[in-house]
Amino acid sequence: MSTFTLVRRQIKYQNLVFWRNPAAAFFTVVFPLMFFFVFTLIFGNEEIPGSGVTTAQFYGPTLAVFAAVSATYTNLAIGTAIARDDGLLKRVRSTPMPPWVYLAGRIGSAIEIAFISAGIMLGVGVLFYGVNIYAVSLLGALITFVIGIAVFAVLGLLLAGLSPNGNTAPALTNATLLPLAFISDVFIPPSANAPAWLSTVADLFPLRHFAVSFGKAFNPLETTGASVGDFFDLKSLGVMLLWGVVGAILALRFFKWNPQAGSKPSKRRRGRTRT
Amino acid sequence: MTVAAITVENLTKSYGDVHAVRGVDFHVEEGEVFALLGPNGAGKSTSVEILEGHRKRSGGAVDVLGFDPETGGREFRDRIGVVLQETVVEKELTVLEAIQFHGDPYSKRRDAEELIEIVGLEEKTTARVKTLSGGQQRRLELALGLVGDPELIFLDEPTTGFDPSARRQAWTVIDNLRALGKTILLTTHYMDEAQNLADRVAVIARGEIIAEGTPDTIGADRRDVSIVRFVFNGDASVLPVDAVAGSNGAMEVKTREPVETLYALTSWAKQSGVALDGLTVARPTLEDIYLELVGEEENGGDA
Ligand SMILES: Nc1ncnc2c1ncn2[C@@H]1O[C@H](COP(=O)(O)OP(=O)(O)OP(=O)(O)O)[C@@H](O)[C@H]1O
Ligand SMILES: [Mg+2]
Repeated sequence: MSTFTLVRRQIKYQNLVFWRNPAAAFFTVVFPLMFFFVFTLIFGNEEIPGSGVTTAQFYGPTLAVFAAVSATYTNLAIGTAIARDDGLLKRVRSTPMPPWVYLAGRIGSAIEIAFISAGIMLGVGVLFYGVNIYAVSLLGALITFVIGIAVFAVLGLLLAGLSPNGNTAPALTNATLLPLAFISDVFIPPSANAPAWLSTVADLFPLRHFAVSFGKAFNPLETTGASVGDFFDLKSLGVMLLWGVVGAILALRFFKWNPQAGSKPSKRRRGRTRT
Repeated sequence: MTVAAITVENLTKSYGDVHAVRGVDFHVEEGEVFALLGPNGAGKSTSVEILEGHRKRSGGAVDVLGFDPETGGREFRDRIGVVLQETVVEKELTVLEAIQFHGDPYSKRRDAEELIEIVGLEEKTTARVKTLSGGQQRRLELALGLVGDPELIFLDEPTTGFDPSARRQAWTVIDNLRALGKTILLTTHYMDEAQNLADRVAVIARGEIIAEGTPDTIGADRRDVSIVRFVFNGDASVLPVDAVAGSNGAMEVKTREPVETLYALTSWAKQSGVALDGLTVARPTLEDIYLELVGEEENGGDA
């Protein structure tokens, strides 16, 4: 079997496992969608003052980013840590499967799920909430998206390595992702009232770069009269890639295959629940 | 001349202050079935997992098929099959998918359907792993150990949790592997299993090998003993022989002179009108020898 086929089949198995686990599928795909419904319900689908976009036009892309980050960062961190507790990683290491092929299978599957759940989010936005898509920014949005989810997939594996066990992984992902989402223009539109240092802090991390540069591609004020090149925000992409590279080095350094002392297998655990 | 598939010299392994393996030596020849016996916590799994490349040794030298398991990598793993003590298979996959998933990376692969038949899971081919019973999951684990058609197979308690007929079936599988010239290192708590399958056995206790040999000759000097057993519901001190009392009046006499012992016992019984129910004379089984070896180690061990 060629290495390429091996990777492809690994992605297929990981996909099977993911979609057969209703809890994980729910949190990754349906949860962000519920945010979308609730936000448009609370704020009404009006123009957000000073932003030039409607509620849905703002939240569609940022929650698509959130869904994609859940599919990669959160899912990989929790799923891989639990798989390690259960001894699944050790089982895989008993076979001649090259470690990177197994990880590529997990990452590939997470990326596929990220595309699906972000696609559903934007699809619902376009069909039911009048979200507009602009041809000029499509390529930039796509490239930004691919880089963004690849970086968050790597960071998810890093977190799996840093989590002592599968029970701490959900707490760690939520404790890192949720506060960041609040200051990264994902859950709350940028506001003139927010102190400037808050976005300076947020800009040290990859999430705001991902959300803002992806969101820009859906902003009518930004897209009118723009050229294709305007949607490749080199600074944002650079910050994300830096996190990706450093994250990858650390992920390799901290990754563990054997169950760790004190961790318990989740034999009877049916879904990957989060606290 | 025989070739060693596994050579272990002065192997040690410590977990902090727990010295799990303390200087173990053994070798397994190509085509041989070798069983490691020993009580819980003796260091069997630790030793086996060092040979599989799952754990790092603290000291000593290990050679498995010409590889150092710690650095053998893909080429090494392509030639070994592993059945872990804990069954761990992705529970959302079906039996067939799980075998394919684990079989994919091997350069040689056995047919998945055929393996399912060999371990007797035909009716569960498309069932999710999470719906299998404990014994059925163990059978799947056995199939995973064989999927790469390995020349060396590690079986850590392969039949624990099997029902008696499944165990016989597994023995046949292992016998067939032997017939194909495969080398097998197994651990087990079932002495009949070791007796039936193993060419050689080693008993390990507290991280040290305390005896080694074939199932029929291990513990050589203890073999000349006959064990006389009978039931006597009275005080053992009235007996003319040195008997050890068990529960419900079960008596056991170990003797190197069975004729003398039986003569003394039966003539006393006839005179006193005692029935000596269930009187038997037997050679010690592997289990008797094992219990004796391990019992002495536990009582006499000062470490
Ligand atoms: N990962 C570990 N960390 C710390 N101690 C360990 C670890 N694994 C095993 N031990 C200890 O090492 C000793 C040997 O354990 P091992 O699992 O090798 O025993 P075993 O002979 O396989 O026993 P069993 O028959 O119960 O499977 C035990 O005292 C055990 O507690
Ligand atoms: Mg063990």
